[in-house]
Amino acid sequence: MDIQSFFQNVINAFQWGSFYALIALGYTLVYGVLLLINFAHGDIFMVGAYIGFFVATFLLGTYAIHLPFHMPHLVIFVATLVITMILTAGVGVTLERVAYRPLRRKGAGRLYIVITALMAGLILENGNLALLGASRKAFPELIHDTVYKVAGVTFTNNWILVVLATLAVFLFLETIVRKTKIGMAMRAISFDRMAVPLMGIPIDTVIVFTFILGSSMAALAGVLFASAYPVLEPYMGAMIGWKAFIAAVVGGIGEIRGAFVGGFLLGFIEIFVAAVFPSTFRDLISFGILLVFLSFKPTGIFGVARAQKI
Amino acid sequence: MRHYLSLIVYLAICLLIIVIFQQNWLNAYIQIVMMFIGINIMLSSSLNLINGYMGEFSCGHAGFMAVGAYTASLLNMGLFTTSSIFGRSLFIGPQYSVFLFPVTLIIAGFCAALVGLLVAVPSFRTRGDYLAIITLAVNYIVKSSIENIQEIGGARGFMGMRQVVNAMNNVINIPWLMIWILAFAGTSIIALKRFVGSTYGKGVIAIRDDEIAAEIMSVNTQRVKLIAFMLSSGIAGIAGGLFAHVIGYINPGTFTIMKSTEIMVMVYLGGMGSLSGSVLSAVLFTVMLEFLRPLQLFKWVLIPLLLIILMLFRPEGLMGNRELSDVFPGLRRFFPSKEY
Repeated sequence: MDIQSFFQNVINAFQWGSFYALIALGYTLVYGVLLLINFAHGDIFMVGAYIGFFVATFLLGTYAIHLPFHMPHLVIFVATLVITMILTAGVGVTLERVAYRPLRRKGAGRLYIVITALMAGLILENGNLALLGASRKAFPELIHDTVYKVAGVTFTNNWILVVLATLAVFLFLETIVRKTKIGMAMRAISFDRMAVPLMGIPIDTVIVFTFILGSSMAALAGVLFASAYPVLEPYMGAMIGWKAFIAAVVGGIGEIRGAFVGGFLLGFIEIFVAAVFPSTFRDLISFGILLVFLSFKPTGIFGVARAQKI
Repeated sequence: MRHYLSLIVYLAICLLIIVIFQQNWLNAYIQIVMMFIGINIMLSSSLNLINGYMGEFSCGHAGFMAVGAYTASLLNMGLFTTSSIFGRSLFIGPQYSVFLFPVTLIIAGFCAALVGLLVAVPSFRTRGDYLAIITLAVNYIVKSSIENIQEIGGARGFMGMRQVVNAMNNVINIPWLMIWILAFAGTSIIALKRFVGSTYGKGVIAIRDDEIAAEIMSVNTQRVKLIAFMLSSGIAGIAGGLFAHVIGYINPGTFTIMKSTEIMVMVYLGGMGSLSGSVLSAVLFTVMLEFLRPLQLFKWVLIPLLLIILMLFRPEGLMGNRELSDVFPGLRRFFPSKEY
């Protein structure tokens, strides 16, 4: 690999890792607060992409009704992003209200909630497949691709958008979790679920807020992913969701920094494996690395082993 | 006499089923569904050892199944047919298939158990969510490795196992597959039951309740985990081998996380830590899948929905940590459970 294609791969890895990082965030936020692996999160990403598709085509006037006015594509893109994030957050909160909260109220074990999450993901996937059919949807091109070429390395404006959005989200979430009151409440719940309600902190509000944050980040990832790879299918969230979960675990689940580092790490591994080996080896090697990594450092990069008491 | 009553009842049922199959009283569709029931019983009860008794969350059971399925198919194809892969190098003639078929299945189980080491060894240091992701990774690694070996068909899959079944039928024409499914399902249930009742089984349950306390109480946790994981994956491998021969065609896409989820659904439907629950739910689930077939795609919306409702209203599953003899104490008169 010469130096030019090396840098090209680095560029690609940043974009690929950004998607993983954005989705891994949702896993890590929910895990940090509830100690629950929200296995439906990958499918929330898929739902986000689909909602984005419908909103975008509706605003473009190519779906359902023909709008009487025309908006510039950039406005449509921003509007799509915002509306999709709100709607997908609604989906995430609904999931929490309908499936997880009743179980939590009953004091069911964590495992039952995990299974419920897994099943909710299956419902989202297959419900989508059954309702919308197996034909793939093509996401409309809202931002016209401009290709920049610097020293033989090419990247698009989409790339800049994705990477900047990811960094912005990172700073935004770090600020929320570290500096605000609700972030403090989130950390407190993760620290001690029993004592927090006694301090007058509304646990359910904090949990709903967590789901809003996680789901809207998944929606952001969904729309960005769809504009970078404009083919939507019902199972698109499954694989990338699992991979993002791996990223969250490798980074140390429950840590926002961990989700980002893990996401970018996985992105780099996958892109470089695909560059050196045949691309069919990609899953094999990235999962193999995960296996070895977890065998030696089970808590992930930033994770801290919790002391166990008997 | 009473000690062997359950065995005698099982053998009588087996004999009945074999006679029904031999006389073709049921159509081929119902016969295949019954074979799947047997295979699913093996899968769900073996996963129950890990997810139920040990309290881990293994979501990659289909990976072990894939190892078993490919090993058994390759061995059988090589030994009993002149396949395109081995040519005649392994060929020993179709007439031996009757004796060697179970041997190849057991070898398949061993291979799957060896792959089970991939999960067992990391499990010494990791638990819970991290172990769940390791099992998932193993599932993907197995699937991805098979996809990358072009000699055994890669992603296109691998077929011709029907020839092996035909070879057995040419020697003596009795329903061989069903016989072996019944034999292996029965053996694995007995093995699991005895394992769970043994000191090792108590160790497994101790690990579920509290690993550190178990370690202090002189349970050799590493050894117990190693054996439990290898037993579970070995049985899954045998089930996979049988599955390959019932279907007659396998490809890596069969053994994805979807298949693992299916097995998990069976375990949680039946109840964690209940072997009879696993058997019951394997029967129920397989039959339900067939009845829901007209719904097509909505089947996979309905089944998860059913499970969510189950989790909400009866989270412990159908049986929930109890065996059939606990639910109906009258059964104990006939089937006394031995104290080990």
